[in-house]
Amino acid sequence: MSSRIEILNAGGYRSDGRRQYELRTISIDLSPRGSGADGSATLSHGLTQVSVCVFGPREAKMRSQTFHDRANINVEIGIAAFSSSERRKRGRGDKRVLELSHTLKATFEPVIQTSLYPRSQIDIYIQVLQQDGGLLQACVNATTLALINAGIPLYDFVCAVTGGVHSTSPLLDLTLLEENDLPNVTVAVMPRTGKVALVTMETRLHVDRFEEIFRLAGEAGKVIHGEMKRAVKERTQDLVNAMQSVGKAAGTEVVDEY
Amino acid sequence: MRPPSPSIPEKEFLFTALKQSLRLDGRQPLEQRQVELNFGPELGWVECAQGKTRVLAHVDAKMVKPPPERPFEGIISIHSEISPMASSEYESGRPSEEEVTITRMLDKVIRRSDTVDKESLCILAGQRVWHLRLTIHCLADSGNMLDCACLAGLVALKHFRRPEVEVIGEEVTVHLPTSRAPLPLSLHHTPYCFTFAFFPDTSIPPVLDPNLLEQRLSGGLISIALNAQRELCVVQKSGGVPLVPDDVLKIVDVAVNRAKELDALVESRLKEDWAGRKIEVI
Repeated sequence: MSSRIEILNAGGYRSDGRRQYELRTISIDLSPRGSGADGSATLSHGLTQVSVCVFGPREAKMRSQTFHDRANINVEIGIAAFSSSERRKRGRGDKRVLELSHTLKATFEPVIQTSLYPRSQIDIYIQVLQQDGGLLQACVNATTLALINAGIPLYDFVCAVTGGVHSTSPLLDLTLLEENDLPNVTVAVMPRTGKVALVTMETRLHVDRFEEIFRLAGEAGKVIHGEMKRAVKERTQDLVNAMQSVGKAAGTEVVDEY
Repeated sequence: MRPPSPSIPEKEFLFTALKQSLRLDGRQPLEQRQVELNFGPELGWVECAQGKTRVLAHVDAKMVKPPPERPFEGIISIHSEISPMASSEYESGRPSEEEVTITRMLDKVIRRSDTVDKESLCILAGQRVWHLRLTIHCLADSGNMLDCACLAGLVALKHFRRPEVEVIGEEVTVHLPTSRAPLPLSLHHTPYCFTFAFFPDTSIPPVLDPNLLEQRLSGGLISIALNAQRELCVVQKSGGVPLVPDDVLKIVDVAVNRAKELDALVESRLKEDWAGRKIEVI
């Protein structure tokens, strides 16, 4: 089926009308949701949508899981059965889901300043609502935003992008259709230092091509960072505005408290 | 019950040594432990050892009916078993994070990278295909079990030979190894896996093939699977201490060279073993 759809046509457009290096629309919603999560974020890259809630730092449910010098991070992922075109239930014991949560945990462990919260636990719950390629990328970006929204101190943003290679031309931010057909790489960068926190690739690709797409994805991560930063600033501005309007209504006493 | 983490003096000693590019077992930072391959009496039975890490791999084949959605392809299944025998770190029952990583990596390196030509395993379309079963037993873990397991699995596939089959009409005849020489599997390529450990202190260079202590004290691992034709199959750095992009590319370069060396070694060992076997065709 997929062989009939052109991944990159002669005019340089992809199947969804994007150019080679064009990213999908990113939309970010940082408004609080649900039952008192400390931070939450819903992020979508095109049609891929994930929602993340962060609880904590709080007391760990199990004493055995605590560390005396740092916080423990717990990541749990739920993939909605309706998220992909074929209805499929993935349990929590699924190897792929386990690997994904392990990857996210290992990615965020050195980024979160865990040593500030000894003997506590930070829970990250991820719900995948729609899948259209770039699942890991969306999970990483949404988790970063939810952690920031929860006010948990991080060393830096973590911004992830998928890249693929179609014969010799590199593409960025793949959809599911492209992801199934092309060798693809997911790179997560920390924009302040330019270091990479995560690299995964699962399909065959020549070493020289890898270098090209790896560097390109690193650059694209910085673009994503711009978007994420803008969303965080907007949300903070909204909160500040809300606080100020409350302060005005209640008179000067409230202002004096701060 | 997990074994206690390494003591502070042990940790400091290792880090100071590594800063001077010295490793506790006398290797260079980018040197692998000597790879030892031992073949069993049966074809497709390989024991691979790197230092004290030992893994046993075994391939067997049987005929099955293919699933209706893929009538022209054979089936490969990988069974990996990490028992508490390998190290007290592993428990029977619920798989730990390391076990999940190893199983998934094996699956990616051997199955998803299209190592075995699945269509060549088809005997009669929609009726009969070969089902290859690769069993991997981890016998002892002294660091870097993943590389050892991947190598063992691959060499077992290369070593394995399946009986010849003749199809006349709808009739399938399997020839005994004594009457017709068994055939090797057709493999597209042979990916080798290399794991590098890097450390929280960025002045310590990354080390190839970490031993148990290095692995425990590392700030993260990066695994690269590639073949001797310079094609990367899997790159996996799932978290851990962030790395400078140029360092990642340097590590890939090192792996490219190591893959060529390892490929030469594996080929020569297989040839030696094959020469020592007497196949009688009556």
